Amino acid sequence: MEYKQYVIGVIVSNVSGVLSRVSGMFTRRGFNIDCLTVGETESASFSRITVAFHGDNDIRDKILKQLEKLHDVKEVEILDPNDTVIRELLLIKIRNSPTTRQDIMTAVEIFRSKIVDYSTTALICELTGETQKIDAFIDLMKPYGIMEMCRTGIVAIERGDNCLKTAK
Amino acid sequence: MKISGAKIVVETLIEQGCDTVFGFPGGQVIDLFDELYLSQDRIKHILTAHEQGAAHAADGFARSTGKVGVCIATSGPGATNLVTGIATAYLDSVPVVAITGNVSCSLIGRDSFQEVDILGVTMPVTKHNFIVKDIRELADTLRSAFKIAKSGRPGPVLVDIPKDVQTAEWDFEPRPDPVRPYPLTFASENKLRRAAELINNSQKPFIYFGGGVVTGKASKEILSLADKLDAPLGCSLMGLSAVPYDNPRFLGMNGKHGHYASFAALTEADLVIALGVRFSDRSAFEGENNPRIIHIDIDNAELDKNITADLAIEGDIKDSLYRLIPMLGEQKHPEWSKRIEELRGEERSRYNQADKERNNAEAILSPHDIIGVISGIASEDDIIVTDVGQHQMWTAQFYPLRKPRTFLTSGGLGTMGYGMGAAIGASTATGKRTILFTGDGSFGMNLNELATSVTQKVPLVVVIMNNGVLGMVRQIQTSFYDKHYSATTLGRQTDFVKVAEAFGAKGGRATTTEELQKLAKEAFAYKGTFVIDCAVDCDETVQSPMQISQD
Repeated sequence: MEYKQYVIGVIVSNVSGVLSRVSGMFTRRGFNIDCLTVGETESASFSRITVAFHGDNDIRDKILKQLEKLHDVKEVEILDPNDTVIRELLLIKIRNSPTTRQDIMTAVEIFRSKIVDYSTTALICELTGETQKIDAFIDLMKPYGIMEMCRTGIVAIERGDNCLKTAK
Repeated sequence: MKISGAKIVVETLIEQGCDTVFGFPGGQVIDLFDELYLSQDRIKHILTAHEQGAAHAADGFARSTGKVGVCIATSGPGATNLVTGIATAYLDSVPVVAITGNVSCSLIGRDSFQEVDILGVTMPVTKHNFIVKDIRELADTLRSAFKIAKSGRPGPVLVDIPKDVQTAEWDFEPRPDPVRPYPLTFASENKLRRAAELINNSQKPFIYFGGGVVTGKASKEILSLADKLDAPLGCSLMGLSAVPYDNPRFLGMNGKHGHYASFAALTEADLVIALGVRFSDRSAFEGENNPRIIHIDIDNAELDKNITADLAIEGDIKDSLYRLIPMLGEQKHPEWSKRIEELRGEERSRYNQADKERNNAEAILSPHDIIGVISGIASEDDIIVTDVGQHQMWTAQFYPLRKPRTFLTSGGLGTMGYGMGAAIGASTATGKRTILFTGDGSFGMNLNELATSVTQKVPLVVVIMNNGVLGMVRQIQTSFYDKHYSATTLGRQTDFVKVAEAFGAKGGRATTTEELQKLAKEAFAYKGTFVIDCAVDCDETVQSPMQISQD
């Protein structure tokens, strides 16, 4: 069976402990998470979790069923990669030196990144995009000296009318 | 009218139809116990010797009746002592509501005295759990707990209530009725039609059922299905008691320690109709002949989890069968039936051979005889409880069970020490006599609950198959570890008769069948707790229908 990355959207009750329940299910059942993000939705009573994981159809189905069993999980959906806007945010701090500065600036421009902090020794770039784009930018920055970085993990939402509803 | 949180808990329990709770008091549940004291004419609290006993008692209460069992413990160690009992109920899908006290909200997270994050601890072993930090949500949270516990595939729910929530006051409006479970899921008509097609084309169908048939009250339906299909039936450990042991189509328990005929028939079948069963690793299902599998279960997550079915149907068993049976043709499988008879014959000769070898060895008391003597005296309404180990498998194999919910055992978790608490809970719930088959290893774990059974004047017969060893592990050590009996030879000097007497129960020791018969008569005539210590040879083994592996 084909082994690939899946992205799922999960609507959960906005109550304390819900993130533990969801992430705990993955750990407990031996499923691996690539990344997980959580945040508010249009309704205050619900949060939306986006999880990416690698697996085959079988693993995907098991994960969906186990998630659906959790009391605080209201809706789960596999997001179709061809019909979904997927974004991730990167903040990356790179060593600032007169010899490399111009090259970094060029890359920043081409990637439509932004320099959000500038000092004589370091600069911070902000970049939004799909995972591959973020990966490519990081690779490009490596030779210049990455001092530290953090990325949010992906958020994803389907195009068109298709919605994960927070109220049934 | 405003009443205290503690009183809200008691009133909600009563509103939910709960008349008995099992528990143990402590600092953070004093208020709750004060209300139980004031309401003792409406709700009975049974004090156990240990919180684990209370959790198992709530479990036994639930398994023997189908109602939700309730246990109460204080924060910290009280709460953690419940955990094994909660996990036992979780693995066997038993509806239990566990209530724990906790330190006041302002003290939470400060490693206060007897504080533990019981929500975090029990998250993996509960269907759901709650902490109530706002008294306005207390009654509804408890109602949700009952609702979740008894809906669909049942399970335990824990509600953690900080002390300040118990002492705060809020309005309480009792509801006229207990909460109803969430609506059941019903199987899709389309899928049932496909099932009928598979079944109608099968020559060697086998019905394999589990605890879901007991929970889903589908005993009658599976027997009708078997009759219509002319098919044999076998079950998992949890399915035992759903159909009478002497039904001619019933081949007994499957799996690693199951009946030979049941195991072999499942292996040779061309179609397995699996009902309310989850193919745990103990079921030892191999499906060598690559049979078609139809799997019906109320829990969607069990479908295609441990085995991949050809047709997986999410739905209530009773309803599914009620609708499926009319779609099926009346079948006759003379060859398959003949083969089943052959397998039964092979099984008999295996047992006869084993019995013969045993008689030659002049064994003291065989497990088979012990179960024979006890079941000869017991009534079919008596509730059979076991602990975990060899005695459990012997009881599962040989005890003539006739009625649903008369066999309580820790199947999924395999909790040694389950029996005493469960027996007390079952007897309290039903008023019936309970018979606990246990081993000296298991009994040693929670024999302190003799104190409870004596205090509660529970009609309980404890039958200890005392072989001086931890037999199940020893059996594996014999086969796979060159007889290195590491930590399985107990070498204890415990006199269980004196133990029984010390707790205020009666007791006696049997080394021969005659002695056992005499003691059993005495035990069954006695209204309280009676312990029969039976001498069993340490090399008695549980027979397996298959080549056994060491895991």
